Amino acid sequence: MAINWPITPRRLKELGVLGMNQRNGEFIAEMNARRYYPLVDDKLLTKELAEEAGLHVPALYGVIRTTHEIKHLSKLVGDHDEFVIKPANGAGGDGILVIDGKQSDKPLVYRKSSGRAVSIDAIALHISNILAGAYSLGGRPDVAMIEYRVQFSPLFEKISFQGVPDIRTIVYRGYPVMAMVRLPTTQSDGKANLHQGAIGAGVDMAGGQTLDGVAHNRHVTHHPDTREPISGVDIPGWQSLLEMAAKCSDMTGLGFLGVDVVLDRDLGPLILELNARPGLSIQIANGEGLRHRIERVDRHVDHLARDETAAERAAWSRENLAPMNL
Amino acid sequence: MRRIHLLSVVFLLTLVGLSVAYYKYSALGFPLTPDRETETWTVEAQIAVNPGTAPASVRFALASDPPHYTLLDEGFVSRGWGLTTQSSDRQREAVWTKRSPEGNQTLYYQATVYRDQEEIQPSSYPGPAAPPKLEEPLKSAAESFVEDIRADSADIQTFATLLVKEVNASRPNENIAAFLKPDANETERTRLAIRLLAIARIPARMSHGVMLTDEGRNLRPTTWLEVHNSRRWVPINPQTGAVGYPRQFLVWWHGDQPALTTSGLEGVELTFATTRNLRDAMETAQLQSTIAESRLMDFSLLDLPIDAQNTYRVLLLVPLGALIIVLLRNLIGIRTFGTFMPVLIALSFRETQLVAGVVLFTLIVALGLAIRFYLERLKLLLVPRLAAVVIVVILLMALISIVSHRLGLDIGLSVGLFPMVILAMTIERVSIVWEEHGAGDALAQATGSLVVAAMAYLVMVNAYVTHLFFVFPELLLVVLAFTLLVGRYTGYRLTELFRFRAFKTLAHARRPTPPGDDR
Repeated sequence: MAINWPITPRRLKELGVLGMNQRNGEFIAEMNARRYYPLVDDKLLTKELAEEAGLHVPALYGVIRTTHEIKHLSKLVGDHDEFVIKPANGAGGDGILVIDGKQSDKPLVYRKSSGRAVSIDAIALHISNILAGAYSLGGRPDVAMIEYRVQFSPLFEKISFQGVPDIRTIVYRGYPVMAMVRLPTTQSDGKANLHQGAIGAGVDMAGGQTLDGVAHNRHVTHHPDTREPISGVDIPGWQSLLEMAAKCSDMTGLGFLGVDVVLDRDLGPLILELNARPGLSIQIANGEGLRHRIERVDRHVDHLARDETAAERAAWSRENLAPMNL
Repeated sequence: MRRIHLLSVVFLLTLVGLSVAYYKYSALGFPLTPDRETETWTVEAQIAVNPGTAPASVRFALASDPPHYTLLDEGFVSRGWGLTTQSSDRQREAVWTKRSPEGNQTLYYQATVYRDQEEIQPSSYPGPAAPPKLEEPLKSAAESFVEDIRADSADIQTFATLLVKEVNASRPNENIAAFLKPDANETERTRLAIRLLAIARIPARMSHGVMLTDEGRNLRPTTWLEVHNSRRWVPINPQTGAVGYPRQFLVWWHGDQPALTTSGLEGVELTFATTRNLRDAMETAQLQSTIAESRLMDFSLLDLPIDAQNTYRVLLLVPLGALIIVLLRNLIGIRTFGTFMPVLIALSFRETQLVAGVVLFTLIVALGLAIRFYLERLKLLLVPRLAAVVIVVILLMALISIVSHRLGLDIGLSVGLFPMVILAMTIERVSIVWEEHGAGDALAQATGSLVVAAMAYLVMVNAYVTHLFFVFPELLLVVLAFTLLVGRYTGYRLTELFRFRAFKTLAHARRPTPPGDDR
């Protein structure tokens, strides 16, 4: 087998691929004022903000702030058999517990998304770990959020395995610039995490159709578990999805933002979380660097007489930022 | 704008750091490398006195500010004699006095000198010499002699050289034969040379000094000639006319008078003894800068108590370790647990040595992880679980020490120097990454941390590096400048060239439409 040599920095630059240092130094540091970070790092705040802005988010069942509130869990959950427990300040999707259903009432045992049983005591322990800061940045004490478990739409059913596929959009100066769909695989254990083997599929900005994907930094055309082609899936309501992403930028004041959206069967697109330091793998998924698109946005914004609305911005992006080379 | 600001800060820091270090190196003689030795000389003047019955006093000229050399230290041994030192312009003197001396005695004066300058320091011009009053026909003979030499010479220095050569010629010029007794000694010839130089209005003086020889005994002072060339005193060998002092000539006093003036003594004899010694270059530099009263030295770490010094020897390396972390993370792209955890691990490697350190670290983390996974099953709360891991880590450390001691491996004892809380936190982090992102990620980051720690260790343990940063802590400003520079590096990391290599083949990763096309 031929050695897979690294790519030269020159070629990467030519392709406009954004590196970690440039992302941190030129975009995050310049475009994202630190005082706005809590708005996205604290998912509870993000949720409130999004609701105020009229954006859809998974409904919040309740918040557990102290250890003695843990026993109110079943009261908070009510008669929902499915729910998600997550740390409000969790980093990188750590500490999220997805409950898929009730296995038995007495003793109270739930079922995790992986199908494994989990007793109420184990859930209580997980929550107390969240409260102690096991999953938060720097180990600071945290709060646990109990929220609606997304009923994911059958759209991606054929090209994902377990877990929830989500749509990540990068918004630059209020304009959606690039998007990808993250598709869980057996290898990623149902998680939409590219590091662990989930597939990242690029999305055509113009029409919202999936392109080919990338797994472990390699080009893939079919899902390894379902053997279905990844490209060609139409994401419904693409315009409104991009508008949502653009509005997130307005509501947080962040100029370089990752917006994670899931498609719910009944409720449509829901904002799952925002990220002030979005990852760079989206470039591999789209087979294109972010830089050229960002430069386009810069040129466009610099010649604007007035600020555009979210709808106008989404439309502009669809028209001007479609993969330029397909 | 921001770029220029940063670059000027970087430039300023580098400039200050390097110039202070250079000054300390070149002017104060701080060694760039450890264990350097410098040559110092101990010169001992022995004054043997044979007092009479009257109160005695001995005035002795002391070396002060000799050319090429610096006086590091001096001392007097003179039991029972009163001692004062006084200095008039450019000459220091020691005065010993005793009311009723008895028997032969010896007074000692000891000085330690160190050759530190190649150039002779400039000194102000004393003004033209007053010509000596001479009777005819001597006057015209001397003047025509001087005229002859002036015709052959280019400047003061060559004039003096030629003149000295003539004075020492085996068949002296007839014009000066009258001035010179055939058996004239060195001092008399030098005295004549000074008088003749005065006719040409050239200021000249006699100097006396000692040839430094290792284990030299019973040395007598040698006379030398100095002429002022309007910038500095230039030494001339009074026998050959050669310019400059021999390398190991230490000037003791100037002028046409003996070093000793005594009263109330029946006999006195002055001899010198010299020895060469090697001395730690650091020590010499320190002494020298104290003498030079350098303000810089008021802020030296070398003045701190020894144990504080030792602390700083280690502390000053932390910035260097931090710099290595910055390089490996931002330029190479190695992922580590915790930002500066590897530096702390590297510091503990200093005690355990590298291989043993890596082995012990891996051992403890692996065992700790196993225990941690077991504790996970017990479903403990976070803080008690962390505390349990700390306890287990300490038990493991003790166990390793005991077992390795039993086996006769002393290296296992140094495991106690590992920062156990850091170890416990590392174990906790590894296990969370392991659970959430899989074993691959956890092992990759753990290996990354170890590699970074090992590299930081290799730099920090280097004797030259340790020495350099301890003696020249201002070099940390350069490290700071470099760190600031890296802080604005926005190019690719080395690992990204691997991460993004899919772009080589990605079908749709073609050249983008040229910029400017705004559609």
